[in-house]
Amino acid sequence: MRIYFTLLLITAGSWCTYAQNTSSGKVTTTQGQPLDGAHIHIDDLHAMTLPDGSYTLPGIPAGNHRVVVSFIGYKSMDTLVDIYHNLTLNVVLKPTSTQLQEVVLTENVSAKSTTHEQKLKTETLEKYSNASLGDALKEIAGVSAVKMGSTIVKPVINGLHSSRVPIVSNNVRMEDQQWGTEHAPNLDINAAGKVSVIKGASALQYGGDAVGGLVLVEPLTVLKDTLFGRTILTGDSNGRGGSVTSSLHQGAEKGWAWNAAGTFKYYGDRESPNYVLSNTGNREANFAGDVKYIGSNYDLTAYYSFYNATIGIAEATHTGSTSDLVRAINSREPNVVRPFTYKIGAPRQEIQHHLAKINFNKKIDDNTSLAVQYAFQLNKREEYDLRRADLINKPALDLTLATHSVNADWKQINGNATIKAGLSGLMQHNEASPYTGVRPLIPTYERYDVGAYGIYSYAFSNTLTADAGVRYDFSHIQASKYYQITRWQDLGYVGVYDKFIIQDFGTQYFTKPTFTYHNVSASLGIRKELNGNLSLLANAALTMRNPNAAELFSDGLNHTNATIELGNLGNKKEEAIKVSATLLKTGKVFSFEATPYINRINNFIYLQPGQAEATNRGTFPVFRYKQTDAFMAGLDLHADWNITNRFKYIFSGAYVYGQNTAENLPLIDMPPVNISNTIRFTKTEWNSFFAELRSEAVFTQTRYPDYNFNANVLVNNEFVSTLTDISTAPKGYHLLHFTTGMQFKTGKSLIAVNFSVNNIFNIAYRDYLNRQRLYTDEPGRNFQLQLKFNY
Amino acid sequence: MKNFKILALALATIVSFSSCSDDDSVAAPVNEEEVLTTITATFTPATGGTPIVLMSRDLDGEGPAAPVVTVSGNFTAGSDYTGAVTFLNETTTPVTNTTLEIQEESLDHQLFFQQSGLGIFAYADRDANDHPIGLSFTYKAAAASARGNLTITLRHLPNKSGANVSAGDITNAGGGTDAEVTFPVVVQ
Repeated sequence: MRIYFTLLLITAGSWCTYAQNTSSGKVTTTQGQPLDGAHIHIDDLHAMTLPDGSYTLPGIPAGNHRVVVSFIGYKSMDTLVDIYHNLTLNVVLKPTSTQLQEVVLTENVSAKSTTHEQKLKTETLEKYSNASLGDALKEIAGVSAVKMGSTIVKPVINGLHSSRVPIVSNNVRMEDQQWGTEHAPNLDINAAGKVSVIKGASALQYGGDAVGGLVLVEPLTVLKDTLFGRTILTGDSNGRGGSVTSSLHQGAEKGWAWNAAGTFKYYGDRESPNYVLSNTGNREANFAGDVKYIGSNYDLTAYYSFYNATIGIAEATHTGSTSDLVRAINSREPNVVRPFTYKIGAPRQEIQHHLAKINFNKKIDDNTSLAVQYAFQLNKREEYDLRRADLINKPALDLTLATHSVNADWKQINGNATIKAGLSGLMQHNEASPYTGVRPLIPTYERYDVGAYGIYSYAFSNTLTADAGVRYDFSHIQASKYYQITRWQDLGYVGVYDKFIIQDFGTQYFTKPTFTYHNVSASLGIRKELNGNLSLLANAALTMRNPNAAELFSDGLNHTNATIELGNLGNKKEEAIKVSATLLKTGKVFSFEATPYINRINNFIYLQPGQAEATNRGTFPVFRYKQTDAFMAGLDLHADWNITNRFKYIFSGAYVYGQNTAENLPLIDMPPVNISNTIRFTKTEWNSFFAELRSEAVFTQTRYPDYNFNANVLVNNEFVSTLTDISTAPKGYHLLHFTTGMQFKTGKSLIAVNFSVNNIFNIAYRDYLNRQRLYTDEPGRNFQLQLKFNY
Repeated sequence: MKNFKILALALATIVSFSSCSDDDSVAAPVNEEEVLTTITATFTPATGGTPIVLMSRDLDGEGPAAPVVTVSGNFTAGSDYTGAVTFLNETTTPVTNTTLEIQEESLDHQLFFQQSGLGIFAYADRDANDHPIGLSFTYKAAAASARGNLTITLRHLPNKSGANVSAGDITNAGGGTDAEVTFPVVVQ
């Protein structure tokens, strides 16, 4: 009594001469009776079975597709299938336990989502198996990456990142010290089955502060009752290393199901076209797994994941003072270039992220469901620096962030209306170890959040859906922090924040800055299906984001950038109104999506480079978290064109305009215009052969604010006041990438071989959004060989 | 061991959450181990007499206050001096004498004396590779009256075998700057 519906057979049919594939087969009951009139949906295509239960569904493009087979009174089958050939797909459906008590035929139309989720294909996720989430997300129009070197990569959505782009992994909002550009999302891309981006900021379920957008990462789950495994081996010439990832998935319709995945990465120094990027190796060892029990109207899941990374930071970026910084900028070459090595010295980051959660889903009745979740996250970050004597073995920054969160989400479908509501709570403790011998950049703090939301969606007709939502958030944060009295005075806190001083230590104050926030966020959305496969989605969202720990409390020298970073207790919460629209067209030959948006952000917080401060080590530029009003507008474009059966053309492009309206200056660190053009050739008969050439063009960012300053620098053994150009954006660049691959079937398993060359012409370039752009070039050409086994 | 530590921390966190947060408990201040608050160059006349002391003192370390620079007197034109540089960290109790650490890691450190027209500096100490360090040096003041800035720089992990680095030219030294202080100097 375990197998109620089974995917009987997935066999490759005879290979035909079309790149587009046909799926055919038969839908039957568990007794072998043919089902007449069952629906088969494969993405946007659909078919209906004939009286003998058979169906044919042509025109399926090669790739990974969601297949849904449904028949009233029977449990639907909903699964993902790789379709690269003509496919015979026979399906057995099991009657629902509530066998047609009443036939519901009230012509209800269910509400559709008014936000457009842009998904990464499995193929894309697998291509970046050796890299990071940030690298893979760049394939989505309008998403770029802010980087620190080549391995610390964070997604930028419509020009915004870090605290403005929450990452939700397996329904848990990541709390991994995400505030800094040098802190990448602490998760393994290989544990992701589905990654999507929501730009509309109207995802109130996950929080009211997603000013930039949201990244949703969901693990791979298999609904059918089979054991499925996957292994990917990747080898790279640049970095002379590789990665291996393996996962096993046991699906079930009822009873026990489980997933387990592990990844190991090992890389040495990356190389730019002209020199070795010394100390840029990295290691990763990750695990993720879950066990799920599925009952008749409920399921219970326990999930655990562990991310463990050691990341080398190019030694050339370690500068002692402003004169070192100017030397680095003007020489155009890193001051440390050594022969290739796998060894990772200092500076480096050692990061561990544990995520454990339990969630319980209950179907209260056919239309109502409840989900309850508890999650615990423990994030440990140690940053090592080039220090004297034994201190090199002691982290210069040692933070432990522990977060408990609970969520309860309730959903009810009531005729044409869908109501979602939920509650969330969070307790967080950050511990900045005092045993580093360095004043911590981020202090010890505690945070408590409570939130509640409600979203109402209504389908006016088959073609028109609208929704509205509102959310309230309470947040309380209290830090325990020492301020040097000179700094306290310099920041203008005397007489303003005296209430936070607990004790006077002569040269420093021990303080407990405490802040409480009440935020209201809201969203409105509409979706209209137009003629000719066109859909129009529009969203407006009000979001409020509290200043994070870095923006409030940062205080100290960030050694990796030779900058003093200062937060400000006076920073207020950001309030943003984002209005965006998406025009979607889905067709067999031509598909496109266009997303224009405007985003107005009051109290926009940014890190402003500024005047240098003198110390015995020389002078250091001081970067202060400041507030202004910002206006952003932009357009993301994406198009797919199946020129012939074999040739496909893909276009992606994005432009964002960012203005500091209070000071009438361009906003700092806005992604420049970028365009990607891909031409792909597919020939299914040759073992699903494909070859793809991608051109990636990033233009020069001409709109940047001038925060240059003068510093004393050695010229002919004497100090001369010299302009420190930290503002000018590097020149644009154009890269070509090539990928090709084939698939082979051996028995039950599928083997795919992919070969790719990144940066074919080994072009030396720097990227405006890389924090290391002042010191080193980006990595050069890379040859990659990837083997994938599905079994 | 590491995992055990993390588990213990996780437990400690849970416990700390259940306690009241709004107390006035005072955490231990950080012992700033690397800061060089006080850099002193002592010039003793070869013929004896009162040494001339150049001192840069910055008690808030990397804080906003600028270092306080003092020069105890003027140099005598044409005279020879033996010099020594010391580094202290006065934020710790007791005060840390970092000079010893630099001496121990002499292969990874070198001092540089930049000036123009004030006279001639020469290294008076050597590391194991026979490269100069600069904690001890000699100075011959200019023959005629002169006035100018003397900058003393301590580089960590310099390229000690770079061109002219042994001769005291910082141009090709590379490395990171651990100290860089400038003194107004008068020779008369």
